[in-house]
Amino acid sequence: MNEGCFHCGEPVPSGVTLTVNLDGAARAVCCTGCQAVANTIIDSGLDAFYQFRPEPAGRPEMDADADPSRYTSFDEPRVQKDFVHHSAEGLCEANLLLDNLYCAACGWLIERSLEDAPGVEEIRVNPASGRALLRWDPNAVRLSRLMAHMGRLGYKPNPVLPEATQSQAIRERRSAMRRLIVAGLGMMQAMMFAVGLYFGQHYGMDPVHEQFLRLVSLLVATPVVLYAGLPIFIGAIRDLRNASPGMDVPVALAIGTGYGASVWVTFMGGAEIYFDSITMFTFFLLVARYVEMAARHRANATTDALAQLVPTTAIRLNEGSQEQEVPSGDLQVGDRVLVRSGATVPADGTVVRGHSSVDESMLTGESDPQQRGVGARVVGGSINIHRSLEIAIEHVGQDTMVSHIGRLLRRAQAQRPMLARLADQVARWFVTVVLIAAATVFALWWHVDPALAFPITLAMLVATCPCALSLATPTALAAGTNRMAGDGLLVTRPDALETLAKVTHVVLDKTGTLTEGRLSVVETQALGTLPSHEAYRIAAALEHHSEHPIARAFREDSSMRPAEDTEVIRGAGIQGRINGRRYRMGKPDWVVELPGTAPDPRFEDGAWILLADASGPLAAFRVADRIRPEARESIDTMQALGMAVEIASGDAPAPVGDAAKQLGIATWHARMSPEDKLARLRTLQQNNAVILMVGDGINDAPVLAGANVSAALNEGTALAQTSAGMILLGGRLNRLATGLTTARRTRRIIQQNLALSACYNASMLPLAAAGFVPPWLAAIGMTLSSVVVVLNARRLNSPLRRGVTRPDALRALEGGTSA
Amino acid sequence: MNILFVSIPISLVLLALGVWAFFWAVRSGQYDDLDSPAYSILLDEETERRQHQRKDNDDQQGDS
Repeated sequence: MNEGCFHCGEPVPSGVTLTVNLDGAARAVCCTGCQAVANTIIDSGLDAFYQFRPEPAGRPEMDADADPSRYTSFDEPRVQKDFVHHSAEGLCEANLLLDNLYCAACGWLIERSLEDAPGVEEIRVNPASGRALLRWDPNAVRLSRLMAHMGRLGYKPNPVLPEATQSQAIRERRSAMRRLIVAGLGMMQAMMFAVGLYFGQHYGMDPVHEQFLRLVSLLVATPVVLYAGLPIFIGAIRDLRNASPGMDVPVALAIGTGYGASVWVTFMGGAEIYFDSITMFTFFLLVARYVEMAARHRANATTDALAQLVPTTAIRLNEGSQEQEVPSGDLQVGDRVLVRSGATVPADGTVVRGHSSVDESMLTGESDPQQRGVGARVVGGSINIHRSLEIAIEHVGQDTMVSHIGRLLRRAQAQRPMLARLADQVARWFVTVVLIAAATVFALWWHVDPALAFPITLAMLVATCPCALSLATPTALAAGTNRMAGDGLLVTRPDALETLAKVTHVVLDKTGTLTEGRLSVVETQALGTLPSHEAYRIAAALEHHSEHPIARAFREDSSMRPAEDTEVIRGAGIQGRINGRRYRMGKPDWVVELPGTAPDPRFEDGAWILLADASGPLAAFRVADRIRPEARESIDTMQALGMAVEIASGDAPAPVGDAAKQLGIATWHARMSPEDKLARLRTLQQNNAVILMVGDGINDAPVLAGANVSAALNEGTALAQTSAGMILLGGRLNRLATGLTTARRTRRIIQQNLALSACYNASMLPLAAAGFVPPWLAAIGMTLSSVVVVLNARRLNSPLRRGVTRPDALRALEGGTSA
Repeated sequence: MNILFVSIPISLVLLALGVWAFFWAVRSGQYDDLDSPAYSILLDEETERRQHQRKDNDDQQGDS
């Protein structure tokens, strides 16, 4: 029981006795949602998922995500026209962004589970981008059924607009792959011919053979330079046009002149060709670029979050209260819309009919749902929990709160200190020095020995190539990122890791970050003879139909039939009949009226809910937004690492102060708007603090972007994840502490790498200028220094890697065989 | 050594074939996701084995 839910890994609440059977052993699960998912997986024979997943799965949102009616709006042709593509064979095709999809095992589970579903032609899941490509036969199955199927597995699907950036990333990656292979194969061939030529120079060679080898070298080197090396030349030309010489200029100069001189020698005769050196050079430059590109693409993995927050359709009430489903984008100021319970408010407006509670926690951080009656304002993106509301729209599009937060976010991102700018300045300076030095060396050698001037200058340009220097940082960052992903911390921005190593302050949001973000039963006291888990079952049966937020705390058990004749007394509680007995549950002083006993002062502080029947009180439940179990330990670790930790929350002072006390945090701020939080960060930053911000809500998004480095929880909103530099998997705060250590190790490796390559370049420069280094040796030296740098970076990956490594996978297989 | 005039062009033709095959593989999306296939081979095998095992167990129970 202590191990947490078999499916999602969260702690199993006291009183919950749900299990699933796997290989004859009962495994505890935390809720019926997880039970249903686990049973689906096991019954379809896909339970190998549990052995190979590196992460606990996402906790399914009860039955809501699995309910096809939730997705029916996506069956509408009007809605589908935005994201569904119709192929010639009458099939439909859509891109879906899946929540909680982070590992290859999840991707496998979804593919295997859906490919057998009727009507599915093809399903391809890419865990790297969190997306699935679904092709189905619209005559055999409705899209809403398939989406519900994914929801049932715990991966809530969201339609993605066929977005330009994604396909552009794929195009860029494919083109880089092609250039890399052309350069690699061309390099091998050119080197092979070069070996022949060197032997020929040494032992003597028929001039016809020599000329033939030079010609074929030219043949293989030409595509390497003109096709694979094209981006380098384009970059160099762009740099020259902007009059700001970058790394590309001397590199392009070396490749271009080396190639040109070799072509000249091939046709007009001469001592030496350099096709081997320049192809090797091009290949290694392209490898460095590829590593950088891969890191950049990972950063764009989760996007278009704001659009997801606002529903794609709304129910507009036309004259005569006629309901009409329209795309949210078509709404106008003054329109009246109907928001059913459980639906998301499509735009900002005022309630004109109805009364309900609205969950704004994703926008404001307020943990309790807010009561909204006629005349009250509601915000687009918040969720209507209770009853249907009729709303008059006041703001649409750019004027809504969600857009406002989006603009704040972009502004904060624009203010992000640009580390890259510094690197560019250094490069410009370095490149200018190299170019001047090369010109000087060429001029000097021209006077000494014109025949040597060219090879020496070429060798110098190759030897001083800052290739190892440019690999030093991206390879270490890639290895560190990989390592952190294994530790449950996804780095989505390349500079997040670098900054993480320098963090001095940690600012945490409360709701959903330090706490679990939803109410649950934290303590149960049996007051009568009834055992506490029986009392819990009765409470669950009573609350079954209630939409009150407190009722959700009791949703994890549905083993008893729902109560009959239930009646909600506003501000007091709920009463109903189970097996003929009347029960009351709610505020203690109201509940004790049923048996007629005196109220118990122990339960008067407002945090307790009492359950009673006519004979007397049965049990008391304490319901609270529980603090994450590992929070205390993580905070302690961070403080031990020398970091100042504080809380900035939008919640009321009492719960924030309470949480701060429990966690041993001295500094806390309550009732903070996103602007307040941002201002707080700016104040700290003016005192030279480097801030790590951890949050989960939409309201945190601009703050996350404004901090030096930020982490969002993967249970949090997509927008928060997009604006954060890192995503914490499984909501485990203690992974942050591990991540901080890894970041510091990464920084050390980067420093070593930079020192190594700087030493190499500095020592090679005078040697090459003095003519001791022929171009081929310069190219080999360049390659060796790059390899050393890459190997050094790989040390980060080696020991202690969590997640599924090969030995783990094999062990799991062996264990399975013996079982 | 005149064999070079035949063997090198042959090797170049093979090289061109290799490059063409690789371009085709890249175009058909085989390099878009390099991580998942490594898992699916293990997962698929394990699933098949377990299904057999389960069937055997059922058969035995049916016999007894």
